[in-house]
Amino acid sequence: MRRLLAVCLLMLAWAAPATASEEQPTPAELESELICPVCETTLDTSSAPIALRMKARIRELIAAGSTKSEIKAEFVEDFGTGILAVPPKEGLGLLAWLLPLAGLAVAAVAIAGLSWRWSRGGAAEAGPPLDPELERRLDAELARFE
Amino acid sequence: MSLDRLRLGAQVAAVGVVAALLALLVWKVAKGTDNDVTGSLAQGGTPTAPAFSLERLDRGGELELESLRGKAVVLNFWASWCGPCREETPLLEEGWKRWQRKGVVFVGVNVKDFRGDARSFMRRFGVSYPNVYDGKGSTVGRYGVTGYPETYFVDARGRVVYRIAGEVLEADDLDEGVERALGPA
Repeated sequence: MRRLLAVCLLMLAWAAPATASEEQPTPAELESELICPVCETTLDTSSAPIALRMKARIRELIAAGSTKSEIKAEFVEDFGTGILAVPPKEGLGLLAWLLPLAGLAVAAVAIAGLSWRWSRGGAAEAGPPLDPELERRLDAELARFE
Repeated sequence: MSLDRLRLGAQVAAVGVVAALLALLVWKVAKGTDNDVTGSLAQGGTPTAPAFSLERLDRGGELELESLRGKAVVLNFWASWCGPCREETPLLEEGWKRWQRKGVVFVGVNVKDFRGDARSFMRRFGVSYPNVYDGKGSTVGRYGVTGYPETYFVDARGRVVYRIAGEVLEADDLDEGVERALGPA
């Protein structure tokens, strides 16, 4: 019971800043989540004229009380989803999230399969028994080092 | 035996992937910008102006480039945040007023901009020729726009015959492009 309570408190502690960020976003966080359409970098690293205008627009919208989602929605309305630094988890943007995971899963299965085959193959492919004469000479040679 | 075949298969697949990537690189380098309007013009071609249908900024509805076939068209790519665009706009407006009587159509294509900023710009500079909005910049790659502003001149058959990269500085430059688009009298 205590553990459950602790988990709930932790989740609440984690959720509180996320809600605050959504309701009262800062210019800095939005500038790191939106891309300058001319220079293709995030706004916080760009001083291109359009980036400066976008930064000013972010401040205007924050001052007007817009939430983070509303501000992003306005930018997407004008510039398309390419303006988002992180692709949306829907439509084609979902592919950007799923393809790396699918690639990792395929690679893991391939590595596991190959490892299994190699480990089996190694045991099965033990060489033919040594010639008795060669074995005797090998033992004699090794005995010299003992 | 099966392990050898598996290894061989993996090697063939790896070589295949590398070969495909190399082929893609060679194709991209060889094609370069030939398939955009600017690249084709640079090689002496008169490429067909890529079609578009975009939202109008000067009034409601959309404007299709195809609907202007049969007329000479001046396509000006601009943005409100672009300094040289502010400088050339009065000259374009003046050119539009002179040339529209001869059936020439000027079309502004506002790219990578806020709609509101674009409309404010048009009001401020008294722009009266048709303007469309391309916030996503979907036309930029197909035309091969290298900066802003940039102006393309399209003849009555829909072929791009001339281009001015950067600000149109003189009325004579504008007139030369329009005359080429109109063709021999």
